[in-house]
Amino acid sequence: MAVPRTTRWVRLLPVLPAVVLLLVFLAGPVLWAFHASLTNAALTGRNARSPGWVGLDNYARLLTDPVLPLSLALTVLFVGGSAILGQNMLGLLIAVLMRRARRSVSAVVGTAVVAAWVLPEIVAAFAAYAYFSRDGTLNQLLGGLGLGQPDWLYSFPMVAIMLANVWRGTAFSMLVYRAALDDVPGEVTEAALMDGASGWQRLAFITLPMIRGSIATNLMLITLQTLAVFTLIWVMTAGGPSNASTTLPVLAYQEAFKFGDIGYGTAVASVLILIGMVFGAAYIRLLREAKP
Amino acid sequence: MTTATQTSARARRRAALGSVSLARRRARTPADAALVLIGACFVLPLLWLALASLDAGAGHQTRLPGEVSLDNFAAIMTPGLLFQPLWNSLLLSAGTAAVNLVAAVLAAYPLSRYQSRFNRPFMYTILFGTCLPITAIMVPVYGLFVQLHLLDSMPGTIFFMATTTLPMAIWMTKNFMDAVPVSLEEAAWVDGASGMAALRTIVLPLMRQGLGVVFIFVFIQAWGNFFVPFVLLLSEAGQPAAVSIFSFFGQHGAVAYGQLAAFSILFSVPVLVLYVIVAKGAGSSFALSGAVKG
Repeated sequence: MAVPRTTRWVRLLPVLPAVVLLLVFLAGPVLWAFHASLTNAALTGRNARSPGWVGLDNYARLLTDPVLPLSLALTVLFVGGSAILGQNMLGLLIAVLMRRARRSVSAVVGTAVVAAWVLPEIVAAFAAYAYFSRDGTLNQLLGGLGLGQPDWLYSFPMVAIMLANVWRGTAFSMLVYRAALDDVPGEVTEAALMDGASGWQRLAFITLPMIRGSIATNLMLITLQTLAVFTLIWVMTAGGPSNASTTLPVLAYQEAFKFGDIGYGTAVASVLILIGMVFGAAYIRLLREAKP
Repeated sequence: MTTATQTSARARRRAALGSVSLARRRARTPADAALVLIGACFVLPLLWLALASLDAGAGHQTRLPGEVSLDNFAAIMTPGLLFQPLWNSLLLSAGTAAVNLVAAVLAAYPLSRYQSRFNRPFMYTILFGTCLPITAIMVPVYGLFVQLHLLDSMPGTIFFMATTTLPMAIWMTKNFMDAVPVSLEEAAWVDGASGMAALRTIVLPLMRQGLGVVFIFVFIQAWGNFFVPFVLLLSEAGQPAAVSIFSFFGQHGAVAYGQLAAFSILFSVPVLVLYVIVAKGAGSSFALSGAVKG
């Protein structure tokens, strides 16, 4: 059937607004970041008006800055602990339990899990802050059980923000795994059952291998989401006390806006962008392999 | 295989399946208990929000209010505290969703309708864009906005926020558009209608529901976005509720927890309602239709 006879570039014209937006507001800032990280641009003063070229000085400073290894380690801990272990495992556990539990129970619990995820991030952050604060709900519970009541946000800030991130983000993994488990054909697990496989054996040797595509996709996406978490940490601890919960996004923000050192802040941001790019590229590869 | 062994095989299978449902039933109670426990952990932090909003003397603690009062809600119902920030949120989110939808529909049409060897690389490049941590881009974006004199500009912020969700929106829109058969447009093309006319008169009306999903999806994200307006919008009068909520927290001296909770609830309601609408219409996996299914 005849498609309107227009030249190819006219047909592609409608893509233009999207491309312009993406170039100006996404590709532009990324390129600008790599450029600015090679200057001594500042928020105020002389260097704000005419930043000077400093080459790799900012990156050299990054390598000697004692906060960077700490911040990198905290970011890895945060992503590994709250996303890869916490959200991923808990999400899978909830999805598996939901298939066994009564429909009404799984519907109610599913709603509770999703509620924490749908709430605006800042509201979730305030709720988590109140929950973990010195006389907050968690310590009320611990006190009720006759246990110690530490000041979580001060003594164990990473534990608090990691648990908060598990609370907030598990819904995503849960939804992914629910959809994936629904796609596993029932005959396969039935066959395994007749061969005498136990529940755990069926999960480990049949179900998990069959949904490994979803597992990989989920891990990649929650890693990227958790890597970028800022609001939750900013509200709960603001990176403190004394950098004890300063992940890379918080560090970049502090250097650029609190200390006014845009050049150094963008160097930190550039590191984060590079990490994101690596995971992004891995994610795209994964999708292409899954769908030839 | 003889009939006898067939029957016995069938019987064995039936017995095994019977034990499946029996095993399921036996496993149901522990599964229920475990789920209820997990659900309780998820509800607890939210419980504080609900109780504190009704408690005139609320603090961090989760407790039943001595007497239930709507004082907190009454206290924040002022133009400066509640209505102006919510109006700003509405402008920001609706603007972002509108810009997003227009750009996404325009971009999705040629990608969905015309075969081109640019399509796949383009879609994957866009998907790659969704992987960039937006928090990492905020410092350079601030620098860019200073250069372009866009700082503290609502339209500038709208265009940036629209761009951050645009890749996902293009994927979702294209998926919805692919579901509208091309054959419907062919008649229009034969009659000499241009691609854009066919898009407007035939394709868009048929994918209304999909467009609604994309709009609401972007709207929810923009409504809850704190960091972008926090960095890019400076004047107090223009800030959305996601940022102005911060002023309950410290700036006015003692933290007004009850008012903070009341504000949080009023601020969250629109998003919860929109989520329910979309989840009902498109299944609970709507948010994943762009990401996971590719």
